[in-house]
Amino acid sequence: MTDATHGTAEPAEPRRRKASLYASDAHTRRRNAAEKRFRAYGIAAIAIGLFFLLVLLVTIVRNGTPAFTQTFVTIEVALPADKLDKSGNRDIEEMKKVSTFGYAPLVDDALAEALAQAGIETPFANAKDLRQIVSASVAAQVRDAVLADPALVGTSHEFRLLAASRVDGYMKGRVTRESVARDKNISAEHLDIVDQMIAAGLVERRFNPGFVFGADASESRPESAGIGVSMLGSFFMMLVVLALALPIGVAASIYLEEFATQNRFTDLIEVNISNLAAVPSIVFGILGLAVFIQFAHLPSSAPIVGGLVLTLMTLPTIIISTRASLKAVPPSIREAALGVGASKMQTVFHHVLPLAMPGILTGTIIGLAQALGETAPLLLIGMVGFIASNAPASFADGFLAPNSAMPAQIYEWAKRADPAYYERAWGGIIILLVFLMVMNIIAIILRRRFERRW
Amino acid sequence: MSFVKLTASSLAIAAVSATAAAARDQVQVAGSSTVLPYASIVAEAFGENFDFPTPVVESGGSSAGLKKFCQGVGEEQSDIANSSRKIRDAEIEACAANGVTDIIEVRIGYDGIVFASQLDGPAYTSFTQADIFNALAPKVVVNGELVDNPYTKWNEFNPDLPDAEILAFIPGTKHGTREVFEEKVIAVGCEATGALEAMIAGGMSEDDAEDACLAVRADGRSVDIDGDYTETLASIDANANAIGVFGLAFYENNTDKLKVATMAGVEPSTETISSGEYPVSRPLYFYVKKAHIGVIPGLKEYTEFFISDEIAGPDGPLAEYGLVSDPELAATQAMVANEETMQ
Repeated sequence: MTDATHGTAEPAEPRRRKASLYASDAHTRRRNAAEKRFRAYGIAAIAIGLFFLLVLLVTIVRNGTPAFTQTFVTIEVALPADKLDKSGNRDIEEMKKVSTFGYAPLVDDALAEALAQAGIETPFANAKDLRQIVSASVAAQVRDAVLADPALVGTSHEFRLLAASRVDGYMKGRVTRESVARDKNISAEHLDIVDQMIAAGLVERRFNPGFVFGADASESRPESAGIGVSMLGSFFMMLVVLALALPIGVAASIYLEEFATQNRFTDLIEVNISNLAAVPSIVFGILGLAVFIQFAHLPSSAPIVGGLVLTLMTLPTIIISTRASLKAVPPSIREAALGVGASKMQTVFHHVLPLAMPGILTGTIIGLAQALGETAPLLLIGMVGFIASNAPASFADGFLAPNSAMPAQIYEWAKRADPAYYERAWGGIIILLVFLMVMNIIAIILRRRFERRW
Repeated sequence: MSFVKLTASSLAIAAVSATAAAARDQVQVAGSSTVLPYASIVAEAFGENFDFPTPVVESGGSSAGLKKFCQGVGEEQSDIANSSRKIRDAEIEACAANGVTDIIEVRIGYDGIVFASQLDGPAYTSFTQADIFNALAPKVVVNGELVDNPYTKWNEFNPDLPDAEILAFIPGTKHGTREVFEEKVIAVGCEATGALEAMIAGGMSEDDAEDACLAVRADGRSVDIDGDYTETLASIDANANAIGVFGLAFYENNTDKLKVATMAGVEPSTETISSGEYPVSRPLYFYVKKAHIGVIPGLKEYTEFFISDEIAGPDGPLAEYGLVSDPELAATQAMVANEETMQ
């Protein structure tokens, strides 16, 4: 291009005028100015792009980082035998009959006791009114601990309990005394107690591993929700995508690139693969619902269905990048291999494919990263709702038991009523972005390390 | 390539072992996004207190849930459909055509529908159904004549209302909430303002007039929200003059941003809804496939647990979240215990 414009830019006949090389004439000045302007446009475009990226990242980090910490209340909970094990023989099946509703009053009493010990006055006569300070999940936490270790019954045990989402919001500045004025979940008196509990060291805000590794929680207890189980869902889906899309994609592109004759039929296939890459992902979701769930009767909400749908979506990406990297291997390599008597297949598998491998892997990783962040098709195959509540029991369960995926979980959190879930949605985005960034970095490293230029 | 082989073979092994262990041990629920919060609270408590795994609750809307529910009997079909409206006859027929004949209808309680606006916005503090109809209907009665809705501000038809542009975000037609909004607000307002009479006097048949009463204006002052209440909340946040339609529970979780208006002079609360004073409320249901009881472990236990006093009673976690407890809960409990199906 540059050569061509250079040639035609020269005036055909030499002009007779006094021109110094040092003083540029009007035409040159115009051309230089145009170039300067163009550069400025380019820089402005990049600056605008960077600005929005920065705004996005700052917003995500500012809204999302609070989700990684959580407020905890550390108190001693008395576990009286007459309430938890009436028969007294520590029989687990007997003890299971006491439900979380039986445990909740114990936590209320423990809170009242802890406040009394710390010398904190409460305006509430009834210990039950203190319940709003701690999460609704604490009764289950205490019950699980007792059932795991029946020897605890009859003793007092120190528990670190999750605080309620409103208390947590107060610690994070999201909830204020003005905003709770009309809130029936908590009152300003509770916040006064919390202030004194902080001073007494009973309440603290610390890193919450439950957010990264835990399961989803119901609407009424955002403080105990975590993204861990849906992360596993995403992991199993990616396994399916990798195991199906990579071999199928590579096989298809090797055949198309190395073996297939060029005719109208292969042209048609090529065009269709390019078209497939541009199909909106929601279409694959409808296809998945119709084919995998309604026709093939695979379980709905299962990661294997999600994986199959995302495989369809990722295939074109992998085929296109694989074909590009196969094309980039110079024909001399093939000719040399064929020349010393290698068969066509030996040529491909011993020489061409290893050389194209970095490109193929890069394309695969980028395809996987794309699939990891995809939400739309998952909405249709039942992966939103209150799904990611149980960690899969076994490897097979990981594929077949209902589960969510990270982006679907974020979508679900973002639409829940409690504002505390909004914060968790941003936190989930940070985790998802970290995964995407790591995958892209691996792709770049692979390319840098192993790519060969000829 | 060995990595690929490894993953491929492990996937194959997983698939083989999966077919051996395909029996579902988890209750599957789908349906209304209004019921979802309550169902998720119950499912979580169920998982904590029973040896069964936590049930899976999908969202997607009442109609989608019932459609899925009616697809047939068998392990791969859902066990329960949550619904924010009663099942329709057409749906019962569709169910029967696919072999789903014995359906247990469980009413879990009542849900209030409230009108709320920005906390610092205009003083929308009290509405009547007639106000909402005058603001949002395509044709209203002005000076005894049925004309195209001329109103652009609330105080043009009711001087007690603020001098603010009319803008309302209402649930889209795929929501069960829309039906309640139409029947209990718009239709009532239609009658109260005399528009229904005017339409019949204008030559419409009674049925046509009643249908015409449910319409909302299409000039951009009434906006359908197809998403969830969070979307309505975001729209309200961006428009100080707007009012929005919310569920009571959603409003109660967002009192720091929203203020609620009374309807026909009654403040919405669990008490006024349960006493029947607050006019805009509706029952919430879920439907259980009787053929699955005894096949899917935990299904009956989940159903009974859902409507037990400690969960759905007036002091239970559902009431705490915003459900208006059903005064006839005991009858529902007896019905579920006997596995009585719909007639």
